[in-house]
Amino acid sequence: MAVITMREALNQALSEEMERDGRVILMGEEVAEYQGAYKVSSGLLQKFGAKRVLDTPISESGFAGLGVGAAMQGLRPVVEFMTWSFSMVAYDQIVNNAGAIRYMSGGQYSIPIVFRGSSGAGLQVGATHSHTPENWYANVPAMTVITPAFPDDAKGLLKSAIRSNNPVCFIENEKLYGFKGEVPEGDVLTTIGQARICRDGSQVTLIANSASTHVALASAEQLAADGISAEVLDLRTIKPLDIPTILASVVKTSRVVIVEENKPFAGWGAQVAYEIQHRAFDSLDAPIERVTGLDVPQPYARVLEQAVMPSAERVTEAAKKTLG
Amino acid sequence: MASSGAKKVRSKEKPGNSPAMLPTLTPSERVDLLRKMVLIRRFEQKAAQAFMQAKIRGFCHLYIGQEAVAVGSISTLHPTDAVITAYRDHGHALARGMSSRECMAELFGKITGCSRGKGGSMHFFSKEKHFHGGHGIVGGQTPLAAGIAFAQKYNGTGEVTVCYLGDGAVNQGAFHEALNLAALWKLPVIYVIENNEYSMGTHQSRSSAGYPLVKRADGYDMAGITANGNDVDDVREKMWDAVQLARTESLPSLVEIKTYRYRGHSMSDPGNYRTKEEIAERKKESEPISMFKERLYKEKVLTEKEYEEIERQAVAEAEDAIAFAEASAEPEVATVFEDIHAPEDQIAEFRPPIGS
Repeated sequence: MAVITMREALNQALSEEMERDGRVILMGEEVAEYQGAYKVSSGLLQKFGAKRVLDTPISESGFAGLGVGAAMQGLRPVVEFMTWSFSMVAYDQIVNNAGAIRYMSGGQYSIPIVFRGSSGAGLQVGATHSHTPENWYANVPAMTVITPAFPDDAKGLLKSAIRSNNPVCFIENEKLYGFKGEVPEGDVLTTIGQARICRDGSQVTLIANSASTHVALASAEQLAADGISAEVLDLRTIKPLDIPTILASVVKTSRVVIVEENKPFAGWGAQVAYEIQHRAFDSLDAPIERVTGLDVPQPYARVLEQAVMPSAERVTEAAKKTLG
Repeated sequence: MASSGAKKVRSKEKPGNSPAMLPTLTPSERVDLLRKMVLIRRFEQKAAQAFMQAKIRGFCHLYIGQEAVAVGSISTLHPTDAVITAYRDHGHALARGMSSRECMAELFGKITGCSRGKGGSMHFFSKEKHFHGGHGIVGGQTPLAAGIAFAQKYNGTGEVTVCYLGDGAVNQGAFHEALNLAALWKLPVIYVIENNEYSMGTHQSRSSAGYPLVKRADGYDMAGITANGNDVDDVREKMWDAVQLARTESLPSLVEIKTYRYRGHSMSDPGNYRTKEEIAERKKESEPISMFKERLYKEKVLTEKEYEEIERQAVAEAEDAIAFAEASAEPEVATVFEDIHAPEDQIAEFRPPIGS
């Protein structure tokens, strides 16, 4: 199996799906001539031409809505936000149009659109550029929300997202674009809505997604050094949640720490905690812990930002708390 | 034709191949325009009555006074061209050929409604008639229209998109972003500002800087056209130019159509921002149905007796729509979980059953 970066895996997914289906187009800021702000779309303009790979003006509401209209008319647009932090400018188009037109029309329209781009904090870009908005979009009933942590999932899930007949928010994390991993050759899809056990363990389950999965894995190493066996569960898809896999792990370990980069209030971890206490109350031996981004706007200074981000140390501390 | 400051329509002239002219309508086609305008008027009056009886709930924005705009403009389109509008959408839906029954049933929240009772007054849809909504957020439909036109151009269908918006929408960012994209990418879309002078209760003089509003086309190097929305013939003539520009040259335009609504912004509007005298005066000088009716009398293509029959049929159709809506079933509560997601056909279904 080839070892490639997350950005190369995403690029392969886009290229293969555009090759396969002439209705798939890619639009966004700097996706064509510039080859992508994060190089995810590198080479696609040369391969598929300007009709299908379109540089947009800095106009998120306009081009996100344009993508929804094109999807209503049968195309399958992939709309890139340079970062998801900029998607708030397009929030109405994503929530009210992509999210509700099928329902409001009594099922007359399909909206096969993928919104994708980078997200996340930790690179000292301040409050406006550091959002992890998966919980915001998971609150939209029709929306599928995907947050890959590894290159093989990034490729397989993006291919599945493009083939879905429904709107998908595909939220990448900037910190992971250079992360390398094995990716199978060829047309391999990853099923949406299935979590992945990244590390087997028996005493505590660390539930995470995206970049937080790597924080959880680092914590599991620390815990192992202290003789504690932690299971790491990467949700991969935030909506729909893979409840059966979550419950199976909780039944096994009886202790849970949720690790999420987003802010705590109504973060996706709150929903996961609710599902666990509701469905597996008797399996729990300790209150569920959450390690989240702190409830402050993202600061610039490195020392401040690192204090705000979930860290392996905070996760380890929380895991030990569940073990008394 | 073009207002001061706004770009004139460019028409491509080739030797021996003059641009398509606005087709002259037969007398019966002209009478049909009037018939549609009267139907919209009577439909809306019946809807207002039903709203007062609390049979229609929520928001209900009536089109009374603006009928010539939808009827005149849509009459210049092919049946497969796309139409999209804002929340004052009953008139456009009827002009597009949606049935009075499915429209009234939607207002009543019945399963037989055009959106199965899930959209309501502001969210009529008929994909079959290429009527793509019915959109509730001011200006929110304008990027969608650019996208529909983008797909028309991408697929090379030769179809065009007409997007209606109110004068209150011209100050939304989405509208400007859509105009820029439409002009930049040469999309076959016509944006029609239905200027009824009031954005809800705020007169345009208190909400918009820069008149006429069509001047906003200038900034995007788009054709700007104005029309008299009380005169269905003028609407047809001016819209025809914009539609040809889109169809033959794939160029967008902005059309400002001056109109006036006789009823409140919505049914819950007390109307204290304008006088009864103002409304009476506007009706007297330029009521669109009377104006067109008188013209048809003069042209000897319509008699008073025939007009009475048109009125009678319109009232009968509106009453039939009310009866149909009242007799229709409420949606089964279980349908609340339907129409959220399209079935998957390229990947396996991945969502757990709702409520599991």
